[in-house]
Amino acid sequence: MKNNSRRGFMGKAFGAVAGVGAVASLYAMKRSWDPLPSVKAAGFTTLDMSAYKENELVTEKWRGKPIFVLKQTADMVKKAEANPKDMERLIKIGNDYFMVCLGLCTHLGCIPGYDSDEKSFLCACHGGMYDFTGDVTKAPPPRGLDIPPFKIDGNKLVLGEEGPEYKKMLENGTTLRA
Amino acid sequence: MKELFILAVVTFFTLLTYWLVEPFAHSQMHKHIESEGFAYKDLPALTKKGDAARGKELVMGAGACAGCHGIKVEGMPAPMDPVTAAQSYGVNPPDLSNAGVVFDPKFLAALIKNPAHALMVEHKFDPAKGQMHPMTQFYGAGGDLDQEVADMVAYLQSIAPKAEELTPVMAFETACGRCHAIHYPYVKEGEAYPAWTQIGEKPAFKKKQNALAFEQKVLDYQDALTKYMGTLPPDLSMYIRSRGEHHIKTFMENPQNYLKGTAMPRVGVTAEAADKVIEHLEDVGDSKRHERASVGANVMIYIFIFAIFAILWKKEVWRDLH
Amino acid sequence: MAHFTKATSLHDWLNQRLAIDTLRRVLATEYWIPKNINFLWAMGMVLAITFGLLLISGIFLLMYYQPNVNLAFDSVNYTIMQEVGYGWLWRHVHGVAASVVFLIIYIHMFTGIYYGSYKKGREMIWLSGMLLFVAFSAEAFSGYMLPWGQMSYWAGMVITNLFSGGSLHADGLVEWIRGDYVPAQAFLNRFFMLHVLLIPLAILGLIGLHFGALRIPHVNNQDGEEIDFEAEAAKYKAGDKANSKVIAFVNDFMSKDMMVVGIYLIFFFYLVFYHYDFAMDPVNFDPADGLKTPAHIYPEWYFLWSYEILRPFSTNTGLIAFAFAQVIFFALPFLDKSPNAVPASRRGLFKYWFWAMLIDMIILTAMGKVPPEGAFSTIGLYAALTFIGLWIALPFITKTEKKV
Repeated sequence: MKNNSRRGFMGKAFGAVAGVGAVASLYAMKRSWDPLPSVKAAGFTTLDMSAYKENELVTEKWRGKPIFVLKQTADMVKKAEANPKDMERLIKIGNDYFMVCLGLCTHLGCIPGYDSDEKSFLCACHGGMYDFTGDVTKAPPPRGLDIPPFKIDGNKLVLGEEGPEYKKMLENGTTLRA
Repeated sequence: MKELFILAVVTFFTLLTYWLVEPFAHSQMHKHIESEGFAYKDLPALTKKGDAARGKELVMGAGACAGCHGIKVEGMPAPMDPVTAAQSYGVNPPDLSNAGVVFDPKFLAALIKNPAHALMVEHKFDPAKGQMHPMTQFYGAGGDLDQEVADMVAYLQSIAPKAEELTPVMAFETACGRCHAIHYPYVKEGEAYPAWTQIGEKPAFKKKQNALAFEQKVLDYQDALTKYMGTLPPDLSMYIRSRGEHHIKTFMENPQNYLKGTAMPRVGVTAEAADKVIEHLEDVGDSKRHERASVGANVMIYIFIFAIFAILWKKEVWRDLH
Repeated sequence: MAHFTKATSLHDWLNQRLAIDTLRRVLATEYWIPKNINFLWAMGMVLAITFGLLLISGIFLLMYYQPNVNLAFDSVNYTIMQEVGYGWLWRHVHGVAASVVFLIIYIHMFTGIYYGSYKKGREMIWLSGMLLFVAFSAEAFSGYMLPWGQMSYWAGMVITNLFSGGSLHADGLVEWIRGDYVPAQAFLNRFFMLHVLLIPLAILGLIGLHFGALRIPHVNNQDGEEIDFEAEAAKYKAGDKANSKVIAFVNDFMSKDMMVVGIYLIFFFYLVFYHYDFAMDPVNFDPADGLKTPAHIYPEWYFLWSYEILRPFSTNTGLIAFAFAQVIFFALPFLDKSPNAVPASRRGLFKYWFWAMLIDMIILTAMGKVPPEGAFSTIGLYAALTFIGLWIALPFITKTEKKV
């Protein structure tokens, strides 16, 4: 009787020890499925916003997608101020305003081209047009260019993190979650 | 018999489901476009009979065609290499050797008179806004414009191979090959053919430097083309499976039917040349279709025999059970 | 230790070591099946044969397939389809079998529901079968990723997005499943592993469980009759085969199975050679492009009904409805409160429940594919509500059923 209960106890203890090992190895397995550091690092793009020139479109890359960055001239800002919807699309860093958008036409995903004289985007695939804030001005695109998640960090912009300014854009419907 | 009734019920619901998710659903997702048989009804018919000799003078002279186009059969190479040409015009102007057999005469005449109209890209090229099509319109050499155009078309037809001599790959190169690559090499009738790039067949290089130099040229060409078209025209290697014959043909006939405002021009090929293009796409993307047909027939015969033997065996075994 | 004697033949040698005579008797010649069955009882064998076809064709595809985002598409569409001798045949067999196997699974399931083959001791057959259904679904989905075409990529994107749980925003979970922010190399590699190793292993194990679960309650029959298997088997063994209510698995049942398999294979190979587009979506012959969404994204036909239960609702409600649809079939033996295990035609209201469920699922399937606009989304919504309603009604209508 005494022997039996002892065996019962040791059996349970052994089971517990084996359980600890199993849980520990589960943790290792979970970690193996995590995105790799190199993948994670590539998921965030930091842009130094002081390097851009006015009315000159620069295409950056974020998570394999083209990102349009267009620093606005004083003229453009004035025009945008006339239209609050346009103003909401711009990102203010210091005293400068920027358009930062996913460079993919919201119609069928072609990459629109920028005309710096006309200050507008034209998608050569199906003729969709956007103004200098990325808002759609001519169909077929259903909405303006999408804005990637961003966080303002001094005069730097971190793409991939959701800052309060981006969350506000989501709330008021300026952009969809890209 | 009860079992046959059950089979009928199962078959009915299976076919109903099939019909709903395949023919019915696809009819709801894509509009059906009927082919016009490459008749190009919107373009005026040729009323004048062309004279090839006079046409040659116009093509070489007043028409100034040879300023941009090569005519290899006449010993005239292209004035520019493909990359420079694409950087100047957006796309490399085609060699005209096969144009007379690949393209419809009505279409050629309309193209010479007004390229943007014939190609159905007027939404991209509006002369009022200063957007000129890279191919200059032919305003005439002083005589009857219709007669002159008919002469030029007659000349192009006279230098082109006969319709029965046109091979699938020739049709593809002339009609599609300056915008679309096919990165799959293929084997036809025992002979191996290399992959196709927008600047021509991809040669086999012994030295890596040469391969990289060629690659660079292709990329430069593609950059110019992308700028011109808005996006890089797709590689057509698997188009015969991804789009199918009907879609490709009706798309070539009038791209605007499917994608309103697309930068893809109307190709203007004849019905025979369209068949050749399809055959080429099959040679590349569905090269085992003949084997599939013959193996399929044999397997079907075998499987019928298999089923008959299975039924006979069952009858034998179940004789005692009833 | 067992006593071994000098073997008189190879058969005897094996018999002493592996008891092959006993195995043969237990698994084949004296494994008793009711005689009163129809061809629907052969669907198990049809499924086993189809699974065999998938396994064999898969082995040959595996020898040339490259699980790399830059090479996968061409390894399938160029190397296998154009270069490898009969590579196209393996791929067509694999693609068509992957689709047809679900047709047979659904027929097999509805047969079980119609004849009440999930009741009175047969619950484990049903549950193990449902586990097989889930495993096959995971196998089909992971396999669909591998050609790395447009539908692979975007179906992968949409389905993994479901794990964000709507407004729970569990983006971390989605990224963990993908191993990246978007479907990419890590994603393709792990789905390749799942498709060729982990899930097939699970399927093999579950097939064993499914067969094992049949052993004690025995196979059901066309009239739900309770058979005294021992008495009937004794009759059979005494030579009165004609009056016995049972038959032997081999050759009696097997010969009927193979007859059905023969006819099925005519249908199957017709699809492989002449009508394969339904199983190999043309859109997936376009290489994956994360920058270009296809005009219509839809899953393969066998997932459409559950996809449609997700679609007509707002994000969160849709996800709950979807989760409900995924697990509710498991509960069938416990929601059916009727004391009867007989065909639906003899079961009062359940008869109507069965046909309503079948037709509703076909409507959901159809609406899951067409664009969710206008009348289609209304029909889809009502069909989804009907699906949920039918399941809620099931315990009530079966409780009132009279014992037959």
